[in-house]
Amino acid sequence: MNWIRPFAFVGREVLRVLERLGLFGRFSVDSAVALTGVTTWGPLLVLQMRRLGVDSLPIALFIAAFTGIVMALQASYTLTGAVPLYFVGTLVGKTMILELGPVLTGLALSGRVGANIAAELGTMRVSEQIDALETMAYDPMAYLVVPRVLSGIFMFPIVVAFANLIGIIAGWITAINLLDMSTAEFIKGLRLFYVPFDITYSLIKSASFGLVVTLMGCFQGFTTTGGAEGVGISTTRAVVIASMLILVLDAFWAAVLLR
Amino acid sequence: MSIELVDVHKSFGAKKVLRGITLEVGRGETLSVIGFSGAGKSTILKHVVGLLRPDRGTVSVDGKEVPKLSRPDLYELRRSIGYVFQFAALFDSMTIFDNIAMGLRKQGGFSEAQIRERVADSLTRVDLEGYEARFPSELSGGQKKRAGLARAIAFRPRYLLYDEPTSGLDPVTTTTIDALIRKMQADLGTTSLVITHDMESAFRISDRIAMLYEGRVVEEGTPDEIRRSENPIVRGFVEGKPELIEETEVAMTRRPEPHGSSHRGG
Repeated sequence: MNWIRPFAFVGREVLRVLERLGLFGRFSVDSAVALTGVTTWGPLLVLQMRRLGVDSLPIALFIAAFTGIVMALQASYTLTGAVPLYFVGTLVGKTMILELGPVLTGLALSGRVGANIAAELGTMRVSEQIDALETMAYDPMAYLVVPRVLSGIFMFPIVVAFANLIGIIAGWITAINLLDMSTAEFIKGLRLFYVPFDITYSLIKSASFGLVVTLMGCFQGFTTTGGAEGVGISTTRAVVIASMLILVLDAFWAAVLLR
Repeated sequence: MSIELVDVHKSFGAKKVLRGITLEVGRGETLSVIGFSGAGKSTILKHVVGLLRPDRGTVSVDGKEVPKLSRPDLYELRRSIGYVFQFAALFDSMTIFDNIAMGLRKQGGFSEAQIRERVADSLTRVDLEGYEARFPSELSGGQKKRAGLARAIAFRPRYLLYDEPTSGLDPVTTTTIDALIRKMQADLGTTSLVITHDMESAFRISDRIAMLYEGRVVEEGTPDEIRRSENPIVRGFVEGKPELIEETEVAMTRRPEPHGSSHRGG
């Protein structure tokens, strides 16, 4: 009967999503358990911190610099005639630290880091390299997942801290060169509503983004099936789902920490 | 020291891959499992090494039931098993040296000098001496298979599992790999389970051969017994006559399916 088909389709899709959620839950628990394998993941941590963190700095700083420039120009355009111009410093500082630094860096890194992890582990899965690790008595969760996820949690805040700094510096250079502002005015605005918690908030958010980007990349890579097409699907899913989770977490932290 | 599977069933979704496999590989013996591509041959190996768990039945190695082992005990058991993958499964981000040394480092008890020595010895056994610094992408298909074999034998396992060790290779390389498998058995006294659909290779390397069909063992015996088998499925497979198999399939569809039993001949 044709009228049943749409319901059957919805039912199948709901079951599929629930199954993936269950798998992700088990994967997350297994990752946490694998933290006990320090001798396996310990020696790999520095390498992953360099690959996921240090190597991501150029793209993160590039995005931050141009965001800072645009923020300064748009703030000036919006405030002209109504509010003192030193508020440009306030807007650039607050917006970079609280929102644009962490979120834009997180989204960029979900593309760079999340896709990289999903493609690498997905290829290892379909070419049986992960099975090979297991047969050699290595715990693949401790060997592949834990160092990547810990690197994400540790390195995303560091990358975001640099991105915030560069964004503000770019905003300052724009302000003094294009907006007829002095350095003193910019710094006055920057300090106006600054509270140290802004930095904490920014770094907590960044660490959570690091967790979801790397964990989702690992999960999609580990559950890859098929060949090259499967790797492509996993890579796309890793980026799309991590990007969505970043935005959800962004709202979550605002609701939890800023009220 | 043996590998034993008793009435093993395994399904992936609706697809029943193993339907009651019963097999035993005795100490120092080489058993080849032959059958069509997609018949579930590799699934057997993955059960033996604990990568898959059976839906029903038991899988034992060294008298230990693999699915019931704790994770540390399973890893301990895996330290006695070498696994040669169909496409070698070499870690492509590492050199051949590191690929082989990884297993030794996990075993523990080797100094770096001993590891270098053991890697060189393993590569020499597979005629790849001097390949330590190469990456897998720099090797041909046959060389990758041999490097995979070197990795599997480096820590002197008591068991060797081969997944299609000669598929996709030219006849000369196939003969070389077959000779290597026999040499490993002679030199190291390993118990070997070989998955293959290459009959010539199976006849050369095996002490016994088991034919897998529709998820069950339909015939088992020495290479000579398999050669002389009257079983139409075995004859169809060995002689490359699909019409014999089709006739049997038609006959089987007219009979009710037996439950939970394997057919063993030979």
